[in-house]
Amino acid sequence: MTDTTTESTTRTRKDFQTDQEVRWCPGCGDYTILASVQNFLVDTGADPAKTVFVSGIGCSSRFPYYMNTYGMHSIHGRAPAIATGLASARPDLDVWVVTGDGDALSIGGNHFIHALRRNVNLKILLFNNQIYGLTKGQYSPTSEPGKVTKSTPFGSIDQPFNPISLALGAEATFVARTLDMDRPHTAEILRAAGAHRGAVLVEIWQNCNVFNDKAFELVTGKASRDENQIRLEHGAPIRFGPESEHGVVFTSRGRAEIVEVSEVGEEAIAVHDAHRDDPSLAFTLSRLSNGPYGPTPIGVFRQVERPTYDEQMAQQLAAAQKRSGPGDLATLYRTGGTWAVSA
Amino acid sequence: MNPSRERLRSTVPDDSTAVADPRSDRPAHKVEHVVVRFAGDSGDGMQLTGDRFTLASAIFGNDLVTFPSFPAEIRAPAGTLAGVSSFQVHFSDSDIHTPGDKPNVLVAMNPAALSANVGDLPPGGTVIVNIDAFDERNLQKAGYETNPLEDGSLDAYVVYPVPMTTITVEVAKETGAKPREAERSKNFFALGLVSWMYSRPLEPTIRWNEEKFGRNRTVADSNRAALEAGWNFGETTEVIADRYEVSPAPLAAGEYRSINGNTATAYGIITAGQLANLPVFLASYPITPASDILHELARHKNFGVRTMQAEDEIAAVGAALGAAFGGHLGVTTTSGPGLDLKSETLGLAVQLEIPMLIVDVQRGGPSTGLPTKTEQADLLAAMFGRHGESPIPILAARTPGDCFYAAVEAARIAIGHMTPVILLTDGYLANGSEPWLIPDPESLDAFPAEFVTEPNGADGQYLPYLRDGRYVRPWALPGTPGLEHRIGGIEHEDGTGNVSYDPANHAHMVEVRAAKVARIADDIPDAAVEGDQDADILVIGWGSTYGSIRAGVEQAAQAGARAAHVHLRHLNPFPKNLGALLGRYDRVLAPEMNRGQLAMLLRSRFLEDVQTLSKMEGSPFLAEEIAAKIQEIAEARS
Repeated sequence: MTDTTTESTTRTRKDFQTDQEVRWCPGCGDYTILASVQNFLVDTGADPAKTVFVSGIGCSSRFPYYMNTYGMHSIHGRAPAIATGLASARPDLDVWVVTGDGDALSIGGNHFIHALRRNVNLKILLFNNQIYGLTKGQYSPTSEPGKVTKSTPFGSIDQPFNPISLALGAEATFVARTLDMDRPHTAEILRAAGAHRGAVLVEIWQNCNVFNDKAFELVTGKASRDENQIRLEHGAPIRFGPESEHGVVFTSRGRAEIVEVSEVGEEAIAVHDAHRDDPSLAFTLSRLSNGPYGPTPIGVFRQVERPTYDEQMAQQLAAAQKRSGPGDLATLYRTGGTWAVSA
Repeated sequence: MNPSRERLRSTVPDDSTAVADPRSDRPAHKVEHVVVRFAGDSGDGMQLTGDRFTLASAIFGNDLVTFPSFPAEIRAPAGTLAGVSSFQVHFSDSDIHTPGDKPNVLVAMNPAALSANVGDLPPGGTVIVNIDAFDERNLQKAGYETNPLEDGSLDAYVVYPVPMTTITVEVAKETGAKPREAERSKNFFALGLVSWMYSRPLEPTIRWNEEKFGRNRTVADSNRAALEAGWNFGETTEVIADRYEVSPAPLAAGEYRSINGNTATAYGIITAGQLANLPVFLASYPITPASDILHELARHKNFGVRTMQAEDEIAAVGAALGAAFGGHLGVTTTSGPGLDLKSETLGLAVQLEIPMLIVDVQRGGPSTGLPTKTEQADLLAAMFGRHGESPIPILAARTPGDCFYAAVEAARIAIGHMTPVILLTDGYLANGSEPWLIPDPESLDAFPAEFVTEPNGADGQYLPYLRDGRYVRPWALPGTPGLEHRIGGIEHEDGTGNVSYDPANHAHMVEVRAAKVARIADDIPDAAVEGDQDADILVIGWGSTYGSIRAGVEQAAQAGARAAHVHLRHLNPFPKNLGALLGRYDRVLAPEMNRGQLAMLLRSRFLEDVQTLSKMEGSPFLAEEIAAKIQEIAEARS
């Protein structure tokens, strides 16, 4: 975050709230995420004037209306493109994109991958609820195969995207997953995302209690979460389970596999390296599950440094000015030769 | 064209005007204007040849207009009709406005080029062919059953068969070029020969060749040898009977350069950024014939111009909009199919009321259509091609050099009225060139963008949609403390910008957005009539038809028709005087390279009986086509 104003310490969550009535369905996971984001901005001393939320279309995309920052509620799927222009033009701003699984991965899939590969300095918060909410319950590009909805009465025949795998394949420099109801984890991930300079993808599993309730229950519910949450921490062995009795190893064939620590020994368990330049191990981890259907990693999969799009753009301008001096229109018009006509 | 020049439209020489050229021992006949068309395979370098001939003519002081024409395929099968590329240049000793209706001289580098172009030559026209390319195989590829050089089919023309390839290879030998390499310089031979015929200086081309190819000695030397061999062939062989000379034109005094429409548009955008005191942010996706604007702007980063090659047309307009939200002059450039893709984002820009510039370099459509050929059939798409009531101001440029001023004007309106603006140019303007009187940047009126920095509502509130008397809303940039606000595509309450589904508010907002654009009419000049002020017939046009209509009206006037011309820069809103102006004439004719799109707008707006003259052949109107229609109307009246 760029803000260092003195009054920042005195801000409260209220300073980031607008007078607009929040109109998500009662019980929607979006409420929790909104609170998490507002608290994160307070905690990190963000300057509302320097913060911009850009969204597309969908339930999650109403987000900017509830944030007392600068904001734009744009059109379906295009928020990463619009935010790319804004972030490239104005490196002084903190630009956030709020999007959903339909908005980012279906209609806006192209902008999503290109914003990530360019490493534009913007943070994409992808609220993944595996369903279309605003249009009332059609399957989404992250819905499980066979999903029965109004538009797929006989079950979806689409293979879903794994957003983490997709982002890693798109050369993203920061890729993480968190859960709407796990506020401490969300806060930790937002903090890491906010500190990253470059493109960020945070996939947030978000419960749609109206059209896809309990979709993430296996990984988030009290009864099963200890067995199914693999919490990634940079530098720590990848272990999970009520007694940390399970672990992840990388096999010689390049796969991540779940093992019993007691069977392979502690030293065999993989140590998570989020800063590894090569994304293939992060990708392997992302393939441990293709949705909330078994043990699933959450946390930061990858965080590496690469020059950002806006920095490089600015460097080219500075280099051109150094090389040719500031632009002079009279000289420009004469490029390529002139001739004089006398009266 | 004035009457005295019209008498001498043909290039039949008058020996009393023969002049001497110190570089040549052969006398030259003075003519007033000449149209030369270079035609060959798309790999033969005809565009380069035409460009060089144009620049030499420009430096010599002629007025000129050019018309390049090339296939969509980068390298269509060699020797076929599909692969023919041509470049027509019209140069004159006086002010001209079209690339010329009919070429006086056709240079055909192969049988396909001859076949595709000879039909445009008037009887008596000159044809120079590269005889070396007239072998059986090439004749067959061009669809000739017999050799046109031998079967009498060209008897109406003066034909000069010249062994261009043979001579080029011969002279290039000394430079060390292998025959296959040397052959590529044959366009320079053609250029040298035509330069001799029309007393054009070789020096500018020699200089350019050195700059361009100097690092590759063999190529540079072959080109130069071929160029000089072409000149010497004319001078010494006496195969070609006559030389001609076109005196410099009495252009307004000043410093000139040759400019095409895309370069002029790019310069206009850079200039607009300076006049508005905004950094330029251009995001575009490559598309013919608009890509050169992106290429040009990408070179001028020292002006603070940011350019981005986006992943698609939608991203391009989106990024431009995002940059505009951040306080830059957001620009995107495209052609027809790209305009289709951008339409949803343009609707958003209308709804947000964000200033930005969209340049549509029109080409033949629909769909891929004719990517390298010109048309002006996107007017209604620009006007209505979005869902909902979505008014956008529209401007059009009339000549290549005018693209500069049109781009500046479009940006002025966008920023001054907080609205996206569409500028229409077309493929003919984009690639065509003309001498351009270089403007003094100091003489251009600045229109600095104004940003609000203080709350404008009660209790320190900022109201993003609190309008002034022209219905224009304020512009507050992200980063400004205390003015945090949200804008969006959902209908919002006037003033606060808060989401509103209130029916009365929506009705009000639709009307306000329309009124805001309509009020721009207060900020633009009246339409001005050119030509006969007491005419009966008004010819109304827009865009690149300017030159053809002007020349056509002048031709018709010489034949006795009473016609005048008005050419619109502002297509939405129209100039305030336009309705009254149309009402003054008995007949109104609108020539357009479409099926009557301006005519449709004029009829619906002013209830005037506007007649259409359409042309949708991928090439500009000939002046005589317009003159003939005017005369037809004039005769029908009498």
